Amino acid sequence: MGISVTNISKSYKNAKALQDISFEVKPNELFGIIGPDGAGKTTLFRILTTLLFPDQGTATVAGFDVVKDYKKIRNSVGYMPGKFSLYHDLTVEENLNFFATIFGTTIEENYNLIKDIYIQIEPFKDRRAGKLSGGMKQKLALSCALIHKPKVLFLDEPTTGVDPVSRKEFWEMLKRLQQKGITILVSTPYMDEAALCDRVALIQDGKILQIDTPEAIVKHYPTSLYNVRSTNMYQLITSLKTYEHHHSVYPFGEFVHYTDTRSDFNPEDLKVYLESKTLSDIQIERTEATIEDSFMELST
Amino acid sequence: MLPIIFILPLLQLVILSNAATFEVKNIKFGYIDNDRSATSRALIEKFGASTYFNVLQAYPTQIRAGAAMLRGEVDVVMEIPQQFARDLQTEQHHTLGVTINAIDGAAAGVENVYISQIVQSYNQSIIIDLSQISDAQIQPVMIETIPLFWYNETLNYKTFMVPGILVLLVTMITLFLSGMNIVREKEIGTLEQINVTPIKKSQFIIGKLFPFWAIGMALLSIGLIIAKLIFNIPMLGSLLLLYLYTSIYILVVLGIGLFISNFTDTQQQAMFIAWFFMVIFILMSGLFTPIESMPKWAQLMTEFNPIKYYVEVMRMVMLKGSGFLDILPQLIKTLVYAILMNGLAVWSYKKTT
Repeated sequence: MGISVTNISKSYKNAKALQDISFEVKPNELFGIIGPDGAGKTTLFRILTTLLFPDQGTATVAGFDVVKDYKKIRNSVGYMPGKFSLYHDLTVEENLNFFATIFGTTIEENYNLIKDIYIQIEPFKDRRAGKLSGGMKQKLALSCALIHKPKVLFLDEPTTGVDPVSRKEFWEMLKRLQQKGITILVSTPYMDEAALCDRVALIQDGKILQIDTPEAIVKHYPTSLYNVRSTNMYQLITSLKTYEHHHSVYPFGEFVHYTDTRSDFNPEDLKVYLESKTLSDIQIERTEATIEDSFMELST
Repeated sequence: MLPIIFILPLLQLVILSNAATFEVKNIKFGYIDNDRSATSRALIEKFGASTYFNVLQAYPTQIRAGAAMLRGEVDVVMEIPQQFARDLQTEQHHTLGVTINAIDGAAAGVENVYISQIVQSYNQSIIIDLSQISDAQIQPVMIETIPLFWYNETLNYKTFMVPGILVLLVTMITLFLSGMNIVREKEIGTLEQINVTPIKKSQFIIGKLFPFWAIGMALLSIGLIIAKLIFNIPMLGSLLLLYLYTSIYILVVLGIGLFISNFTDTQQQAMFIAWFFMVIFILMSGLFTPIESMPKWAQLMTEFNPIKYYVEVMRMVMLKGSGFLDILPQLIKTLVYAILMNGLAVWSYKKTT
């Protein structure tokens, strides 16, 4: 009853949005689609929510085929598009009531499912949706997507443009929804959110790079990763990139993440090299790879 | 938004009905009197007595008069030839030169008719004067026409313009609102959210269009009240019949609006296409220019113009008191049109992108 995608391809005129995508989402799983902008995440969501036909391949959602049984899918999934798509000129309560009515249900019937979320925006229930703050809009959109007790929930970049505190809250809400037996497919460009999913698919340029649990993806990071730090960040990066044995160099917060091509790499050699480039206060230490490092490694 | 939807069209109704007149008044009249006799002065006085003409001045020559017309100082110049009075006496007939500024062709035509009428009536009076002297035994044979203007006895242009303008307003408002509406949902993204719900196409479309149908009917009601109170337009026929026809007619317009909406991506595109059809519909509706005077192919095109039927029905019912059977042909055509347009609109509306 989860989601099954087999060899899905989709192109727009010249651009190939999705190329031969296959993956399975188990029932009651919180599955993340992680990828940068333009990777094909939204196209994939639109196919799975029956808004778009795939050029090739088949997909089922909650056991229904996305092309043949689209009507059944529309009854049993909740979709929250990346762009706020509720009626701006209806109030919070009117929006919720409207979507409940369209699905042939009432707010009361499924109130316990949305209670945790809705209770936070209930004080503003007479305010027009267009006048809500970003975080509140997102909670309202989630409430509306859940009002008919969907089996599968699609969230397309739900946390884009949301502040860090609201993002954290949002993921906690998703975890609670998962416990209520809802399969959740969520896409995000934020790598740090990947660790909160049960399994993730890393996607780029319409292709899936890897599918696994976040822990396994990190564990399979192929080489040793080093944090390098100095007083002059820009000069540090340019110097590292001209180092003959460098494999990958990219900024990561206050550090530069560095990997070397040699298996017997000695950090002291690098330090000597960097000092010769007139850099001072150089620190080099081993660090654990994150999802972002794995993504960078896979995508190069 | 709602006050705008109602107030602006009704303002238009009041303003346009008072302004959009075919009557041509205050015609600037000039003359060149080469004769300077009592007969020629009597003719010019005839023009001065008419309420349509303002006799401005005499010009000494044709050249001066032509220059004045070029400057826009005069609309009509009449030239009375030399020996006008004498020749009339001896030869019993004469010709007058009349120059009309035809930059506005419609006005020029009307002016020509006015001039002919005045000259004709003058003609009759001098026939009597002249015949007294020489040939009293010859009785001139005179055929006089006495027109009766049925359904609009005083030829009051408001009586036929107000129902027509009301038609335009009801059509414009409903077409623009419905054409804009679904496109707007596309633009702000709500359509995507709606499309993943199990809502049926027909439910969605009825939900979208019914409010505009109601607005159209309300506009008609208020417009009729204004027509009665301000313009005192006769309402001979059954109002119920008018409402019955309008209720079907608005469906046609909404169908067209929805059809436009389905094939456009932005409100700007929808607006442009709606305008395109609106202008053609209005100018070919028979409201401003009679359909009978259009070329054959254009007359054929007007068969597909819903506004034409509505203008016809509105005038027939209000001014003539036509009954159900009289407007049945228009009613049936409109009904077929409504079914066709809405069928096309529902068919072309896709819940997938």
